[in-house]
Amino acid sequence: MTVMQHIWIVLGVLFVFLNIAAGLIWVERRLLAMWQDRLGPNRAGPLGLMIVLADTLKLFFKEDWIPPFADKWVFIFAPAIVVASVLMSFVIIPFAPGILVADLNVGLLFFLAMSSLGVYSIVLGGWASNNKYSLLGALRGASQMIAYEVFMGLSLMGVVMLSRSFNLAEIVAAQEKVWFVFLQPVGFVIFFIAGLAETHRLPFDIPESESELIAGFHAEYSGMKFGMFFIGEYLGITLISAMTVTLFFGGWLGPAFLPPVVWFFLKTFVFIGLFILLRASLPRPRYDQLLEYGWKLLLPLVLVNLLVTGAIALWMKH
Amino acid sequence: MPILFYLSSAVAIIATIMVITRYHPIHALLYLVVSFLAIAMVFLSLGAPFAAALEVIVYAGAIMVLFIFVVMMLNLGKETAAQEKDWLRPAVWIGPGVLTLVLLMEMSILLLAPPQRNVAVAVVTPKQVALSLYGEYIIAVELIGFLLTTGIVGAAHIGKQKKKSLHRFLQA
Repeated sequence: MTVMQHIWIVLGVLFVFLNIAAGLIWVERRLLAMWQDRLGPNRAGPLGLMIVLADTLKLFFKEDWIPPFADKWVFIFAPAIVVASVLMSFVIIPFAPGILVADLNVGLLFFLAMSSLGVYSIVLGGWASNNKYSLLGALRGASQMIAYEVFMGLSLMGVVMLSRSFNLAEIVAAQEKVWFVFLQPVGFVIFFIAGLAETHRLPFDIPESESELIAGFHAEYSGMKFGMFFIGEYLGITLISAMTVTLFFGGWLGPAFLPPVVWFFLKTFVFIGLFILLRASLPRPRYDQLLEYGWKLLLPLVLVNLLVTGAIALWMKH
Repeated sequence: MPILFYLSSAVAIIATIMVITRYHPIHALLYLVVSFLAIAMVFLSLGAPFAAALEVIVYAGAIMVLFIFVVMMLNLGKETAAQEKDWLRPAVWIGPGVLTLVLLMEMSILLLAPPQRNVAVAVVTPKQVALSLYGEYIIAVELIGFLLTTGIVGAAHIGKQKKKSLHRFLQA
């Protein structure tokens, strides 16, 4: 691969994913409206598509206010972390044979590292706002992340055992015969739950829960700084969907009548739709319920899954 | 690549100095995070991607979030910053400064000593790390496992208390 090709791939990935994240504003509102038996945004442009532009312009023109009681530099810095860390994670995803930015041999670990950095955005944003609701949101975000990071990593180790690699391109190649979702159903379900908690989407949007914490960690944010949190959440959804597809649903593999990259995006969009459907249909659990569920049910389950996978892998070898 | 190594080492050193000299605990912790990230880069430039990834996941990710969590819970205000300022008078620096200078001199003598050995960069793959952990160092891994289990059991015991339920909704 020449340097120019590489640069084009980087720019292409950035362009495509930033646009998907912006487009999800429309997708989410229309889908939610469909499931709630109403129309949703349908006035601006064909099918209401221009709502994306309108929302973006609105965010740009809103007053960008830094509260006088806030810790100024941390307050400015915090929203950038989530977007940067999520965008960095896209580096290791193979979209099609030959279309990936970095072929890291510790790719999966890189993804976990970046996702563990993303939480700083919530923690620092909530703390720097110097507001009690924000701080409560930040504290919830931190403890939720610690609970979910543990079994997110562990749920992926089954995949690593089966494919014998941390490299995502090799993991996709190892699913040539059978997708890992059939070999690792428990791993898939737990990874998806952890991914939901990671992106702080409903039902796990406990750090921002509007009804009790009035938007929690980003209560003091406005304008484009709020926009960063917003776009970071949509990028996070896209990332978790893309990772689920890559790790459990064969990535770009698919029947030959469509090109691989189309298969990849089709599968990814199914999961993005699932994210939105979950938001439309599930209530938010109480904070202590979520942590109890994580530590007492999911963690033992993922350890048993790991043990069984290891035992079967060892048995198959002999 | 030596340039990357020197650059990230420089960032690590500057960030660590900033950790010591900040008065505000959260700002100090933020510099500590930067220092961990820089050390991860040092590992990466020395050909240890596995160690680099774990450095970010375990230290910069999990442990520092816990630190920040605790500092936020304690809610250290302006008084602590003032106290910290009081502690960090120039006279305090003399003792540790002299001791570190001795170490620095030792290190420079070792580095400048005639038989210059070039440290060859060899990439260590995750598989090699796993094989040596569960091969040569199996006893250490098991002992650490015992220690951690003890810690967990202890914490569970200390944290266990009979719940006073204030409302029927809060009953488990």
